[in-house]
Amino acid sequence: MDKLSDTLGRFGGVYLLPVALGAVAFVLIGAPSSWVTLTVAGLAMGMMLFLMASGLSLVFGLMDVMNFGHSAFVSFGAFVAASVLAGLSSWLGSDSVVLASAALMLALLAAIAFGLAVGLFFETVIIRPVYQDHLRQILITMGALIVSEQIILAVWGGTPITVLRPGFLEGAWIIGDVSIEVYRLFAFALGAYVFAGLMILLNRTRIGLLIRAGVENREMVEALGFKINRLFIGVFMLGSALAALGGAMWAGYETLITPALGGEMMIVVFIVVIIGGLGSIEGTLLGAIIVGLTANYVGYLTPKLALASNMILMMAILMWRPSGLKPAVK
Amino acid sequence: MTLLSVRKMKTNIGQYAVLHDVSFDVPEGGVFVLLGRNGAGKTTTLRSIMGLWQPSPGSVQFKGQDIAGMATADISRLGIAFVPENMGIFGGLTVEENLVLATAKGKFDQARLRRIYELFPALEQFWSKQAWSLSGGQKQMLSVARAIIEPRALILIDEPTKGLAPSIVAAMGEAFREIAQSATILLVEQNFNFARNLGRDMAVIEDGRVVHSGTMADFSADTDLQGQLLGLSA
Ligand SMILES: Nc1ncnc2c1ncn2[C@@H]1O[C@H](COP(=O)(O)OP(=O)(O)OP(=O)(O)O)[C@@H](O)[C@H]1O
Ligand SMILES: [Mg+2]
Repeated sequence: MDKLSDTLGRFGGVYLLPVALGAVAFVLIGAPSSWVTLTVAGLAMGMMLFLMASGLSLVFGLMDVMNFGHSAFVSFGAFVAASVLAGLSSWLGSDSVVLASAALMLALLAAIAFGLAVGLFFETVIIRPVYQDHLRQILITMGALIVSEQIILAVWGGTPITVLRPGFLEGAWIIGDVSIEVYRLFAFALGAYVFAGLMILLNRTRIGLLIRAGVENREMVEALGFKINRLFIGVFMLGSALAALGGAMWAGYETLITPALGGEMMIVVFIVVIIGGLGSIEGTLLGAIIVGLTANYVGYLTPKLALASNMILMMAILMWRPSGLKPAVK
Repeated sequence: MTLLSVRKMKTNIGQYAVLHDVSFDVPEGGVFVLLGRNGAGKTTTLRSIMGLWQPSPGSVQFKGQDIAGMATADISRLGIAFVPENMGIFGGLTVEENLVLATAKGKFDQARLRRIYELFPALEQFWSKQAWSLSGGQKQMLSVARAIIEPRALILIDEPTKGLAPSIVAAMGEAFREIAQSATILLVEQNFNFARNLGRDMAVIEDGRVVHSGTMADFSADTDLQGQLLGLSA
């Protein structure tokens, strides 16, 4: 058994899991073209889940704060972006790729800006008073999620909203008998870009060094002369902005959103960070990709099990690795 | 001159009163040793000085300045370093990254770094290794190195020899002797033989109170007192 895990470790260890998942699905699905389509969809979904979940994981890692309201940022991001896109529908409708891209950029930036602002508010007003108290954290952040949903209901109404997207992201590329939706490629690329940026931030900058150290032992970071609370506000805002960006991307992916989005995504986002291991960006990416792939494969093979499959996956992984696949060193 | 003065310090952890009356003066230079049995309150005393627990107001003066109640980061910036009982190493960071974090500007003073390599050659050897992979002794060296990578006036060190092999304990002793030439060490130690060779002044804590303080020379000579306060049989 040890020998087996050694060998596996040399070939990538837990990073092999998505590959193994893909291989099993390939056999079960049987049709290569469907498999490619599902795999691309799973990877794209995984990248969007990564955007939504990465902040939650870092925030927990750094301050032991469990923010059950985190998916409110996803929701806000989705609705703010949808509104901006609706407001700029003439740009989207024009033949100019430049105008359409500008509309998309503005929508994503608006979501990010909103995420930063709501994140600042959340951290200072809602989380700060309950830093040390897990039970009250759960209650107050759950409460904040419900209030956020009500705010969205009040502002945007209860009927599903159609999300516009630029023409150049519509449609699919057909290669042989494989069809790949352009939006999925875009989502994947954006997620990969953000992941790379986060890795550079964490591994190549002094702030990143402080974050990684703080995740392990925040008292010691303080004892070395750094104010961890300031760092935490920054990380929290970054995390909420990424969640909002993830929400905006998700809105364009689903093309129809309702105020229930936040609550729905909360469970998935938690599954992602728990599978991945709290406090680590690589772990979150791994968890997100696994959840994205599983959702798409199972959704195709046995649609009735789609919801349960990720729960089962989470329980199986927790039995194997109680702190997740790739947790931060503590 | 007195560098650190602790006066009637009381510290509660949650609802527990752990320190009741801790008073001692650490003169500038050399090693001051804080002794006491398990659970006496030695770690709590160091953590209170560092601001990691909240000591009673007005009970800690550093260079004449009242630091009780200040934030840990600010206390650190005044020139106090902390080598905690569990060493506080960042295991996921390399040896280099652990040390870089302990510098204010992110740059090493090359002369100090060379001195650290001489004191602890293992750190140079494992420079790019993640710290979790170091042995217990090497982790302790890293923790001490982190405290001296920049000049500090006062270094709080909590039981640095616990669980270390005799050869490493000896090397640690050498290092402390040298560090104490240019800084002041407040050392918590259970290994009395290690402490007696290093300390100039000392105090004994029992049940949250300082019950004895004086010079190490006097205490070393008084085996009755040692037996009474530390339970050491001569
Ligand atoms: N986090 C805590 N919560 C409650 N009580 C604590 C806590 N930390 C320490 N104590 C109590 O405070 C008392 C003093 O503990 P402290 O760790 O300061 O002792 P110590 O002298 O360092 O002991 P040792 O030699 O075993 O390290 C002990 O009775 C301990 O049980
Ligand atoms: Mg102790």
